Amino acid sequence: MTARRLDQGGRIDRATPLTFRWDGKELTGYAGDTLASALMANGERVLGRSFKYHRPRGIMSAGVEESGAIVSVGQGARQGPNVKATMQELYEGLEARGQNAWPNVRRDLGAVNGLFGRFLAAGFYYKTFMGVPLFEWGRGTGLWMKYETLIRKAAGMGRASREADPDQYDHAHAFCDVLVVGGGPAGLRAALTAAEAGRDVILVEQDFELGGDLLNDPAGEAERGALVRSVERAGVRVMTRTTAFGLYDMGVAGLVERVSDHLSAPAAYLPRQRFWTVRAGATVLATGALERSVAFGGNDRPGVMTANSGRSYLNRYGILPGERIVVATTNDSAYVTAGELAAAGAEVTIAEARNAPGCELPAGVTLRTGVAPLEAEGRSKLCALRLARPNGAGWQAAGREACDLLLVSGGWSPVVNLASHRGVKPEWDAELACFLAGDCDEPVYMAGSAAGVWTREACEISGVEVAMRAMGLASNPPAAGGWAAPIRPLYEVRLPGRKAKAFVDPQHDVTCSDVRLAHQEGFVSVEHLKRYTTLGMATDQGKMGNIIGLALMAEALGKEIPGVGTTRFRPPYTPVAIGALAGRNVHGHFKPLRRTPLHDWNLRQGATMTDAGLWHRPWYFAGPGETLGDAYVREAATVRQTVGICDVSSLGKIAVQGPDAAEFLNRVYTNGFAKLAIGKARYGIMLRDDGMVMDDGTTWRIGEADFLMTTTTTNAGRVMVWLEELLQLRWPELKVHVTSVTDQWAGVSVAGPKSRAVVAACLRDPDSVSHETLPFMGVAPVVLRDGTEGLIARISFSGELAFELYVPGNYGEAMMEQLWTAAARHEGCLYGLEALGTLRIEKGHVTGAELDGRVTIRDAGLGGMASTKKPYIGKVLQERPELQRPDRPRLVGILPKDRSKTFNGGALLCKPGALSGFGEGWVTAVTHSPALGHWIGLGYISGGHNQWVGQLAIAADPVRGEPVEVEIVSPHMFDPEGVRMHG
Amino acid sequence: MIRIPCPFCGPRDHAEFSYGGDGSITYPALDAPLEAWHDAVFLRENICGRQVETWQHVHGCRLWLKVERDTMSHEIYSVTPADPALAKVLEGGE
Repeated sequence: MTARRLDQGGRIDRATPLTFRWDGKELTGYAGDTLASALMANGERVLGRSFKYHRPRGIMSAGVEESGAIVSVGQGARQGPNVKATMQELYEGLEARGQNAWPNVRRDLGAVNGLFGRFLAAGFYYKTFMGVPLFEWGRGTGLWMKYETLIRKAAGMGRASREADPDQYDHAHAFCDVLVVGGGPAGLRAALTAAEAGRDVILVEQDFELGGDLLNDPAGEAERGALVRSVERAGVRVMTRTTAFGLYDMGVAGLVERVSDHLSAPAAYLPRQRFWTVRAGATVLATGALERSVAFGGNDRPGVMTANSGRSYLNRYGILPGERIVVATTNDSAYVTAGELAAAGAEVTIAEARNAPGCELPAGVTLRTGVAPLEAEGRSKLCALRLARPNGAGWQAAGREACDLLLVSGGWSPVVNLASHRGVKPEWDAELACFLAGDCDEPVYMAGSAAGVWTREACEISGVEVAMRAMGLASNPPAAGGWAAPIRPLYEVRLPGRKAKAFVDPQHDVTCSDVRLAHQEGFVSVEHLKRYTTLGMATDQGKMGNIIGLALMAEALGKEIPGVGTTRFRPPYTPVAIGALAGRNVHGHFKPLRRTPLHDWNLRQGATMTDAGLWHRPWYFAGPGETLGDAYVREAATVRQTVGICDVSSLGKIAVQGPDAAEFLNRVYTNGFAKLAIGKARYGIMLRDDGMVMDDGTTWRIGEADFLMTTTTTNAGRVMVWLEELLQLRWPELKVHVTSVTDQWAGVSVAGPKSRAVVAACLRDPDSVSHETLPFMGVAPVVLRDGTEGLIARISFSGELAFELYVPGNYGEAMMEQLWTAAARHEGCLYGLEALGTLRIEKGHVTGAELDGRVTIRDAGLGGMASTKKPYIGKVLQERPELQRPDRPRLVGILPKDRSKTFNGGALLCKPGALSGFGEGWVTAVTHSPALGHWIGLGYISGGHNQWVGQLAIAADPVRGEPVEVEIVSPHMFDPEGVRMHG
Repeated sequence: MIRIPCPFCGPRDHAEFSYGGDGSITYPALDAPLEAWHDAVFLRENICGRQVETWQHVHGCRLWLKVERDTMSHEIYSVTPADPALAKVLEGGE
C-alpha cells in the first residue's frame, strides 16, 4: 500500500508531534497515534515475518485481532516481544523493532523456509521427530536433537528479556452492581442507564478512548462526546486502557489496567500495570464484533486489511491507507468505508460477492458484482488482486484489478469470548453467518454488536435494554441483525489445481490446506483440528481465523458449521503480563518470613540461615575461614565433647487443655498418654487414618488438664488442623481446647556432657535440674536468675545429656545471653540445623526425611510404640496385611564399605548387579560423623538390617555419580544403649 | 472466587478457607473392623452435583464447616458448623 498522512482529519493531536524509533530509524508521529498508524503514515509496509515460513507481514487490522504487525517494544530489561502495533499507543522516545527475522523484517534470510513449505505443513514435527531409520533404529532420536536446535532458532516470535523485570505491578479489588465491558455505543448506554437508576457501575474499555466504532465515524463525534460526558456525570467509574481478560465464578472479573505502558517517562511511584479483581452483581458484555477476512491466495500479504480498519486509519488517524483501493465484501458494512476513502482522494472499486449490493453505492466508487478475491499479487507490496466468480459449486477466474490496498469484509463475529469463559455455548446464526452467545445461567448479558446487533441506533437501544435486564427489570432488547440485505457467507475462494497459500491463522502460519490435511489424516474433531494445526492457539486466540477454519472443516466433513462444534475460549482474552498476576508478591515478598525470637541474636552471632518451611533457622555458625563442612563437624563434635546450644523455637507447640485432654492424646498417639504423670514428657507418634505415620514429637504434662504438645517444624500447621478437625468433627463431646503457642515460647536445646552445668548456672535454684530432681524425660517449671519464669524438659534429640528450656518469646534473647555466657566458660558452641542433623543421624533418630508419609511405625523401627492395649487413630488400617509384610522397607544405618567414600541422600539402595527399577530401598540422610570418623547415612531397605547381615548393598545415584558399595547396619550407630542421655 | 458464608464471620472468599474432605463420611469407632475403616478412608463417590464437604475457616475463626456445594456450578446451598453444639449456639443467634 502507498499510505500517506492527510493534512487534515483524524483524532490525532497534530500540535503534539512525537519522535520514535523503528528498527533504529527515527520517525515522527503524533499524540493519539498507535505505533501501527504512525508506521503506516511513514510508509513502513513490512513490519513482521511470519512464524514458520517467514513471509513478510504488514498491518492487517486496527485492533486487538492484529496478526501481522507484531513487534518488539522497549529496551533491555523492559523489552516486550509480541506487542501488537495496533494496540501500542505512541509516546515520545518509543523504541520498536521487528522480530523473528535476520537481519531485519524487510530482508529476512529466514524466508528461505518458504521454499520448504511442503515439508513444514501442520504437524510436521510429529512426522519427523523420530530416529533416522537403520542408523537409529530402536534407539531413539539422537540426530534429531541436533537439528532440532536449529529449527528452534528459526521458529518462534519475539525474544523476551532475560533480565529481571524492573517494573512494579499492583493488585487491586473493586466491587460494583454492574460491570460493563466495552465503551462503544451499547456499553456507554448500558453504563449510563444503570448509573442513572442508582446502581454502582464500572465501565471498562481496552482502548485509550471511549466510543468504540463511534471513533471511526467523524460525524459521530458530537454524540460520542455528549454520551461520554453523561456517563462521567452519572458517576460511572470509567477505566480506559483496561482489558477485562476473563470472567470467573460468582461474578468475578479479572482486569488488567495499563497504567504507564503509554508514558515515555512514567513517575517512579506508578506501577506499570494493575491487576484488578472485580466482583460484580451483574455483567454486561458490550464487547462488539470483529470483522473477519476471507481465505484466498496471498491473503496475508502486506496491503491486505479488514475493511473497517481502513475506515479507522482514515478517520481516527488521518491517514489515506492506499491510492488504488479494492474493497472486497460480502455484506453492506464496507460501503460507507469505500465512500469515505473515495471522498478522501483514493480510487476505490468494490468487489461485491453478491449479485447486487444491499445499500446505495457511494459517490466516486466503482462497483463490480458477483466477484470475490482469488489471489493477492505482489510479494511484500500488493500490486493487484485476481478475482473469481462462482461457477456452479466452484469458482472460475474473473479478471484482475490493479491495487495497492485490499480491504476485505468477510463478515462480522460477535466477541463472545468472555461469555464462553462461563461455559456459554455459541450458537450459529446461518442468516447472519456468525456465532451468537447462547443462554447463560449467570447474570452475564450480551449487548450491542456482541449480541449480533449491527446498526448504531439499535446498539444504543440494546445497551439500554440489556442494562434494564441486568438490573432485573423488564426489557425488550432489539433482535440481532440490521443489514438491509443479507450477507453472502463466504469463507474460501480457490481454483482447483492452483497452488496458492491461503491463510486461516496468519500468526501460526496455518493454511487452508493444513486444515484439509488434518481432516485427511483423521483429525475430524474440532478439538483435534485446533491442536494438530495449532489454529487459534496464537496470541490472538483465533480472533482472525477460527470461523474460516470451522467452515473448511465443515466442508471437509460434509456438515454445516453448527455440526462441527466449537472449542472453548479460556482466559485471558488478550495476553497478560505475568508480572501483573504476581503483583508485589515477588522477591522477598513471595512468601512470608517467620523469624524466631532469637533470629536477630543468631545473625549477630554469625549464623548462616536456611529455610525450614517459612522459617529461617540457623544452618551453621562458621568460624573464621570455615566452610559449611568444617563448621558442622566442629559443632557436632563440640556438643558431644562439652556443650552446645541450639535455637529450637520453630518447633510446633500446641497447648492441649481441658478435663478430657489426656483421653484425647491417648486417642491421637499410638502410645499411651492417659496415665502420663504430671511433670513428665513422652515421645509420641501419631498416625493418619490410613495407618501411615503423620508426625512425631514430645508432649509434656504440665498439669492435670494441661499438656504442651510439640510437633516438627514443618507439620505444626497440619497437626493443628488435624486436632481441630478431630475435636469438631469426630469427638465434639470431648472437653478439650487446643491453642497454637508456637510463637509464644522461645525454646533452646542445651546438649552435651556439660549441659547441666550450663543450665544450672542460669537458674535461681541450680538443684532444680539435678539428676534426682529432674530425671530423664522430666518436665518442670523453672525460674531463671533474672526472675524469668519458664519450663524445662530433660529431653534429648542429639542423644547427649540435654535440656530444652522454654521462656515466653520476648524473654528469649535474655535467656540466650545468660546461657551463652555460661556455655562459653565450658568452651561450648552454638550449633545449627546441619550439626543437629549429624547428631541425630548418628543416633538413628527419625525426622521428616524418614517419616515421609509413606512409612508405617514399624517400618521406622518404632513398632514398640504401637500400643496393643488401646484404640487410636490409624491402628486398624496399619494392621492391614500389606503393611505387615516382612519384606517392607525398614529403617537402617548405612556405612560406606570403603570408609573414605560417601554417597548421596536420595540414592537408591540396590542388590549388587541389580541396579534397576526402584531397588531395595533408599537413602534418607547422609552426614560426616565426627563420632565415628567417616561418612554415615540413614535409609530404608527391604527387610531391615537383619536381612542384610554380611551382604553389601549398592547406593546408586546414576544422575549424580558412581555407585558406592555400602554396609547395612542398625540405625543406632552411636551409643546404641543411650547411656549418655540417661546418665 | 467462590464465596463461602461462614456462620461466625459472614461471607468470605474461599481463599480464607482450607478444603477438608468428604463431609458425608461418619468415621467408625477406633476399634471397628478393618472393612469399616477401609470403606471410610478409601471409598469415595465422585459426585457431579450437590455434595457435602468439610472446609475449615483457617484464616478466620478456625471453625470446621459442613458445606453443601454443587460441584458443577459451585453454588453453595448450606454451611453449618461441624460441631453440633457450636451449630446450635450460632443458630440461636447468641
